[in-house]
Amino acid sequence: MDQGFFLLFATVSVITALTVVLARNPVHSALALMACFLHISAIFVLLEAPLLAVIQIFVYVGAIMVLFLFVIMMIDMREAVVQRFLPGGNLPALALLALLGVEMLVLVLWSDRFSATEPVARRGGDEIRQLSTTLFADYLLPFEVASVILLAALVGAIVLARKEWE
Amino acid sequence: MVPLSWSILLGVVLFVIGAAGVLLRRNILVVLMSLELLLNSVNINFIAFGRYYADFRGQIFAIFVIAITAAEVAVALGILVALVRNKSTLKVDDVTMMKG
Repeated sequence: MDQGFFLLFATVSVITALTVVLARNPVHSALALMACFLHISAIFVLLEAPLLAVIQIFVYVGAIMVLFLFVIMMIDMREAVVQRFLPGGNLPALALLALLGVEMLVLVLWSDRFSATEPVARRGGDEIRQLSTTLFADYLLPFEVASVILLAALVGAIVLARKEWE
Repeated sequence: MVPLSWSILLGVVLFVIGAAGVLLRRNILVVLMSLELLLNSVNINFIAFGRYYADFRGQIFAIFVIAITAAEVAVALGILVALVRNKSTLKVDDVTMMKG
């Protein structure tokens, strides 16, 4: 049951990821990426992380992709859709990608420690409560630093996208 | 239950696809979207290992990755809007202003 759902969501997310890279029109890429993120959040639910699934939908599908679509609407894309890939020799990049993929696949499939199905440890009780206790007690400083980074990014984005003063 | 290696393999496949988008595509917007795909494939690995070892740190790292990604996208799209306003191009290989 779980495995069937995982295979379904994984297949759809891989297909939509391929669509992101291969699509001619950037709007199609953005919509395919949205579908891919939705299926990845479903996989998060299967991996027993429902909070992350909700955050994924809120942040990626709700905020980041809407930002992308706004920028696509602001910019005239018509001349950009003519040529999909970089001109000239893509051979080194393709060789690098093939090497990377084969290396990671061999390393994962070669080791038998990754084939385990059941978790080595079980956590019990109220998971969201434990997660938030860990986040706000043990990782309080990184949390505050992340909020400062978000503030800096907000100010930076406004300053960068603003029109010049006359 | 789902084996751990399946999640890792899904992460690998999505990572390679995203890297292909970053390295091969010509449109800056699609390159940025492929970057999102890369970060998300790493998140899958974090959460899978966090579940396997019953450790919350995987999920917490994923939360931080998502926060940093949101900041990165905001700044990157701001730079993109400024770039299009000044140079009116969306091709990666046309943006060579900082090339010494």
